[in-house]
Amino acid sequence: MNNTIKFKIDGKEIITENGKTVVEAAHQNGVYIPTLCNFPGSFSKGSCRMCTIKVNNRFMTSCTTPAAPGMEVESNTPEINEFRKSIIELLFVSGNHFCPSCEKSGNCELQALAYRYQMMVPRYPYSFPLKKVDASNPKIIKDQNRCVICQRCMKTIKTEKGEHYFAYLKRGNVLEVVMDKELGKEMTDELAKLAMENCPVGSIIYKEVGFVEPIGTRKYDKQPIGSDIDV
Amino acid sequence: MSKKVIATTSLAGCFGCHMSILDIDERIIDLVELVEFNKSPINDIKKFTKKVDVGIIEGGCCNSENVEVLKYFRENCSILISLGECAIMGGLPALRNGIPIEECLNEAYLNGPTVKLNTAKIIPNDPELPMILNKVYPCHEVVKVDYYLPGCPPRADLIWDALVALLTGTEMDLPYEVIKFD
Repeated sequence: MNNTIKFKIDGKEIITENGKTVVEAAHQNGVYIPTLCNFPGSFSKGSCRMCTIKVNNRFMTSCTTPAAPGMEVESNTPEINEFRKSIIELLFVSGNHFCPSCEKSGNCELQALAYRYQMMVPRYPYSFPLKKVDASNPKIIKDQNRCVICQRCMKTIKTEKGEHYFAYLKRGNVLEVVMDKELGKEMTDELAKLAMENCPVGSIIYKEVGFVEPIGTRKYDKQPIGSDIDV
Repeated sequence: MSKKVIATTSLAGCFGCHMSILDIDERIIDLVELVEFNKSPINDIKKFTKKVDVGIIEGGCCNSENVEVLKYFRENCSILISLGECAIMGGLPALRNGIPIEECLNEAYLNGPTVKLNTAKIIPNDPELPMILNKVYPCHEVVKVDYYLPGCPPRADLIWDALVALLTGTEMDLPYEVIKFD
């Protein structure tokens, strides 16, 4: 049985296998669609809406939309890019994102997306919410000021038995992602570093090694996010 | 053609953005050909002496004096630019925004680990001192701001290119490397 399907993104032909989502197929074919909460290899839930595309004149999230033969997808259009930029701006004003004092600056995906979409200032008023920093864990700092509630740490950082180190606390606009204090005590250095790496922002910081990379050599200093995918 | 007039100020900032203006190096000679400076810490002119074309604001508003100066700039400048993270989003001074003002003052003047000499337990409250605001405000939440140049500090190339584009009415090129938030 032929497993190959073909469809189009912004007029460019995309060839992929059955079962792939639109964002996976796009990245396979050298077409960058921005993502934030999506993490390759784990379940996509389409919550951050960064990967929004338009299919049949309807907005969809490309991380939850399966690629289908003959689909005509709009992605890199002024309308959709403006929509994506507004999501970045909302994330900036709804938390406390002080880039100049953040250890993750230069390696932060939220910041990199703001650079890519040329955010000079958010169009929304800053909310400066009161948030807590939990530094009780011996290996990591969990800073709620910077958390974008993407769930990437919840999905990827687990014990060998599959227990989750991170979980939701509370609901609604006070929802937080917190660390299990008991489990956290046992966390290995490798896992703590991975947690920092998988966090798209600076909400999970591996202790005592901040600001190791000089400005100019960090991930997004010279190249925009997605330039490894864009052809 | 008469020279365009520029004014600058530093509100709740660290003067790093002004340092970055000086970082345009020898282009400062070209700048002198292009503009004249009015009210600015660079020439120490305290009051506007004429209508200004471009006002450059460093720092956000953390006290009543900052608000007064910012409004004074808005009244006297045709175009106002927020220069740097503090002007755009409050910056490092705004780290106090989540903390009640009383707690901030107590920490600074009474209970802080480095407070040794304040034996009379005085929190400064002289009428001559500007009143501290409940939180630090980005400039565009106080007056209308026309343009934003991000960075901590904004790169000298960004400042130069933006000023030249603005003053000569040419299109501005924005290479990826110049827009940074740190």
